[in-house]
Amino acid sequence: MARAAVKNKMPKTIAPDVLEDMFYNIVLARALDDRMWILNRQGRAPVVYSSNGHEATQVASAFALDRGRDWVVPYYRDLALMVAMGMTPREIFLHLLARRDDPNSGGRQMPAHWGLKRLNIMTSGSVVTTQMLHAAGLALGAKRREEDTVAVAYFGEGSTSQGEFHEAMNIAAVWKLPVIYFNENNGYAISVPQRKQMAVADVAARAEGYGMPGVVVDGNDPVKVYEVMAAAVARARRGEGPTLVEAKTYRFVPHSSDDDDSAYRSREEVAEHKKSDPLITFEATLRDLGLLDDAKVADIRARVKAQVDDATRFAEKAPDPDPDTLLKHVYYGD
Amino acid sequence: MAVMTYLESVRETLRQEMRRDPRIIIYGEDVGVRGGVFRVTEGLQAEFGEGRVMDSPLAEAAIVGTAIGAAVNGLRPIPEIQFADFIFPAFNQIVEEAARIRYRSNGDFGVPMVVRAPYGGGIHGALYHSQSVEAFFAHVPGLKVVMPATPYDVKGLLASSIEDEDPVIFLEHKGAYRSIRGEVPDERYLIPLGLADVKRQGTDISIISWGMTVNFSVTAAERLREEDGVSAEVLDLRTVRPLDIDAILATTKKTGKVLIVYEDNLTGGFGGEVSAIIAEHALFDLDAPIMRLAGPDVPAMPYAATLEHAFMVTPDKIHDAALKLARF
Repeated sequence: MARAAVKNKMPKTIAPDVLEDMFYNIVLARALDDRMWILNRQGRAPVVYSSNGHEATQVASAFALDRGRDWVVPYYRDLALMVAMGMTPREIFLHLLARRDDPNSGGRQMPAHWGLKRLNIMTSGSVVTTQMLHAAGLALGAKRREEDTVAVAYFGEGSTSQGEFHEAMNIAAVWKLPVIYFNENNGYAISVPQRKQMAVADVAARAEGYGMPGVVVDGNDPVKVYEVMAAAVARARRGEGPTLVEAKTYRFVPHSSDDDDSAYRSREEVAEHKKSDPLITFEATLRDLGLLDDAKVADIRARVKAQVDDATRFAEKAPDPDPDTLLKHVYYGD
Repeated sequence: MAVMTYLESVRETLRQEMRRDPRIIIYGEDVGVRGGVFRVTEGLQAEFGEGRVMDSPLAEAAIVGTAIGAAVNGLRPIPEIQFADFIFPAFNQIVEEAARIRYRSNGDFGVPMVVRAPYGGGIHGALYHSQSVEAFFAHVPGLKVVMPATPYDVKGLLASSIEDEDPVIFLEHKGAYRSIRGEVPDERYLIPLGLADVKRQGTDISIISWGMTVNFSVTAAERLREEDGVSAEVLDLRTVRPLDIDAILATTKKTGKVLIVYEDNLTGGFGGEVSAIIAEHALFDLDAPIMRLAGPDVPAMPYAATLEHAFMVTPDKIHDAALKLARF
């Protein structure tokens, strides 16, 4: 199905080298993800939250931003987004292993609780959907200070059941804030399928009720995600207000390393979705376009493996946080 | 130097701070055109424009949640919660987010934001317009909780709160808004957060309080002196987090008898913490058991005047409790 669906022409919206760069980020994110699970099963990483299956969605959305200047407000599923924003593999594994030099939290937070001021990645907690209001506030700050930056909040479809989803969508629309609400709809909130979460087929349908555009896009198609996102970003920069983007995607692995997804979805269902794994389909697309061949793919995979090996070694040797720092950073100047 | 009400002091301090710091924005329910349901922000939108003084949608989590983002991105937001009783929809944003953003990011991010909220009863506000909420927030490391008693303190504490790099819950007693007047210097000044103030010197007993009940305690102390010949010291904590432990222990050692007065209901109220500190550090300086006078353990303040009065901590109740302690 994957190959048959690919009848590609070179997209006019994205330069060839950018397409290759997207692919590299997707491959790197998946390889980091795979390594994290290995470290977990070996007892070297206590818990893992994965972006496995969401990579095309996340990477393509990031590529539509002015990375490092625009704000992203992630949630725990966003490993590939962090890769695309410029968090290094070493930094990611320092965070995974809760090392002293983890730039996200200094080893204070569970893995996948991202946040890095250097890259305008807002710090995130575990209570889902709070970040949607932070994104609106970041956008309010940009608007008030007359910067043309945007803020993007990322969230799963389960988050749309929270009251703060409604509050954020509403206030962002009323105040015409330069914010994009980017929903990564993988069909499951841990074990709860979408049909038990909401009575509509598309999260994006809710946008109309708030007076903003809502767009559904195939999250496995990075070109389409990029184009939809670029339009939403341009609209926000023009001062026309927020957009709700819903990228339909799928999570190929359990919610976390402590979950067993066979309890709530069949192996057949997962196998069917894996046929549209963006790692495979996007590679096929780029081969069709003549941007990739066996030699190039082998080179990319070798470079990625070297980066992942280096990050693993580096983080495993890195020091743990000093217990004497427990009381630091409760208040400014601590 | 002007004499003004507590409410006017809040408004004039906001005005003075907004004139000197363009990063400050104010928003909340009805704060713009209407100037707030208590008129605290009256005239501020006319002076500073709709870009800096905004009416928000009726959604407390949104008010505080967006203020967190705005604070991270270079502004100094002063969101208003219309009544402290309505702060709980924003509890998640305050406690789980604002309070721990600095800690969880290892110092990378901070939230310089002042959440203003009118608290307290005695104004026919019933269960949902009368509550004292300080204990919920004083429990949370990462927050600061400020409760001024006088117009002078309002100005210095509010300016310090706005300048602070961390989230501050600024609780204004709505009964004080128009009933408490005092001299307020024209020039800007700062009162450090975490510095208590002896509002009245005394030698026989210590009354430790914060917020509006400081004023009631001073009234009670006057009566104790005139009618009973008892010299009562009144210590105003001014901020319950950070807490001026030195001042608490100093007044305890001076008089040896401590009455802790607060309007919140008794059990689990902040007076328990003050009491524990005295018991831990000054037990052998005490000449009598520590005494607490607080609101009763009912869910919140009832509406009917008779019931409301029965709930409230009043100067008379403070007087009677203090006299009992003095005669112990």
